Amino acid sequence: MTLQQFMNEAISPWMREDGPDSDIVLSSRIRLARNFAQVSFPIIAEEADLNRIHQFFEQEYTHASFQDYKDFEFIPIEDLSPIEKRVLVEKHLISPHLAEKSKYAASLISKNEQVSVMINEEDHIRMQLYFPGFQLNKALEKAFEFDDWLEEKVDYAFDESRGYLTSCPTNVGTGMRASVMMHLPALTMTQQINRMIPAINQLGLVVRGIYGEGSDAVGNIFQISNQITLGKSESDIVEDLESVVRQLIDHERKARQRLMDQSSTRMEDHIYRSYGILKYSRIIESKEAAKCLSNVRLGIDLGFIDDIKRNILNELMVLTQPGFLQQYAKKSLTSNERDILRASLIRERIQLEK
Amino acid sequence: MECQECQKRPATLHFTQVINGNKTEVHVCEVCAKEKGYMTYPEEGYSLHHLLSGLFNFDSSQMGSQQESSFTKKDELQCPKCEMTLSEFKRVGKFGCAECYHTFAGRLDPIFRRVHSGNTKHHGKIPKRKGGNLHLKKQVQEYKANLQQLIADEAFEEAAKIRDKIKELQAEMKDKEAGDNS
Ligand SMILES: [Zn+2]
Ligand SMILES: [Zn+2]
Repeated sequence: MTLQQFMNEAISPWMREDGPDSDIVLSSRIRLARNFAQVSFPIIAEEADLNRIHQFFEQEYTHASFQDYKDFEFIPIEDLSPIEKRVLVEKHLISPHLAEKSKYAASLISKNEQVSVMINEEDHIRMQLYFPGFQLNKALEKAFEFDDWLEEKVDYAFDESRGYLTSCPTNVGTGMRASVMMHLPALTMTQQINRMIPAINQLGLVVRGIYGEGSDAVGNIFQISNQITLGKSESDIVEDLESVVRQLIDHERKARQRLMDQSSTRMEDHIYRSYGILKYSRIIESKEAAKCLSNVRLGIDLGFIDDIKRNILNELMVLTQPGFLQQYAKKSLTSNERDILRASLIRERIQLEK
Repeated sequence: MECQECQKRPATLHFTQVINGNKTEVHVCEVCAKEKGYMTYPEEGYSLHHLLSGLFNFDSSQMGSQQESSFTKKDELQCPKCEMTLSEFKRVGKFGCAECYHTFAGRLDPIFRRVHSGNTKHHGKIPKRKGGNLHLKKQVQEYKANLQQLIADEAFEEAAKIRDKIKELQAEMKDKEAGDNS
């Protein structure tokens, strides 16, 4: 398989589209947790009950379509190889928690990969919808419609005073996590982000790195999401998140401008060094790759580099993850082998732009 | 000023809480603040598990450990549907089924307050199909708030219109209920 073909299959179609403010906001997501009213939650349910839910989804929704989300594929987790599971996790289509479960866990994914429904994870149903760029309201609107569509056939566990009932007390009420993925290289370089995170936490929002472990934001990519799900309406939660994201976009743009005003040659140097590493290295670790990709992406946004498409960052951040590399190689690889393949895949990807 | 919860100890913590857009002043003592879950913003390194166990441990220390062990065995709350006990819920930090929410209802407000910044009641989407009369009920509530405002503003003509709408909705709700029961 050529790299082009592999990428066509590997990258979710919606990721190729540009959205509003996509120089800084890579994607917006709404996730809703729902449960069947009559069945115990997955942590405690009888196998037969979980199996019933599994079969219900397989029968009712395999190849079903809803609006733009067509031809859902039903994927039992049990049927996947470890590498295939890892790839779905790296594409954020399933959670690591779902990948670890096997019996009766499944996922339902639309052809364009914009919608995925996790079945028998911590809750019976967790649906998530992705949109490119900064489109939380659109995502919420579509998530509600999709939720209504599922509810036509499912009796949800719902209580007038507590809202949608979930296994974990942290999700009860709306059952909603709204989140955006943001590329914040200038706020990171100037270390402003460290001062901003505690203030954002105070507002009931959570900031974390998407790739890598802990709070370390590899590739300067951060996820901002709501913490509170009870007592505020979905649209209020989204509105609050939106206003913080707006401010972050604003600060990031200003920080970029300031860096350029102060030392544009230094910035240009910094960016082209990273470009050089990606273009010519033969062995590259994922952390270094992420750092360089972030710099090159910044270089594209600042107008230094004009022969590469912007979505190279999103694409290569996903493609250079261990699961994808091993799927490309069609075998498991040692970490050294992965670093070699990562370097060659990046070189080849940059070549494709010419 | 005395604590609004126990009405015994002096209130040492004073703050404003915003719940569903309404500001309320809170004056409580340290003990009640902890017990009733008014400490909304956990320190760094918080995890729900710690939060829950911390909360419940506090309960048990109040009761005295000896008393508790003999007490829990006999009278412990247990969900009739999934058989999860209160102590299992404390340990795992997860509900076993929808019914658990009713079984443990009396113990949940402090937990929700802590986790959800003072909130204990849902204020969002209602299931489209299953929600049934809840949609109408919500609409009536909104109209009623609107009506009060209109009366306060002496906009009586508008108010009369709204009152008619409320009557219509209430009639619709009655019809639906009758339909559901038949
Ligand atoms: Zn008190
Ligand atoms: Zn239960």
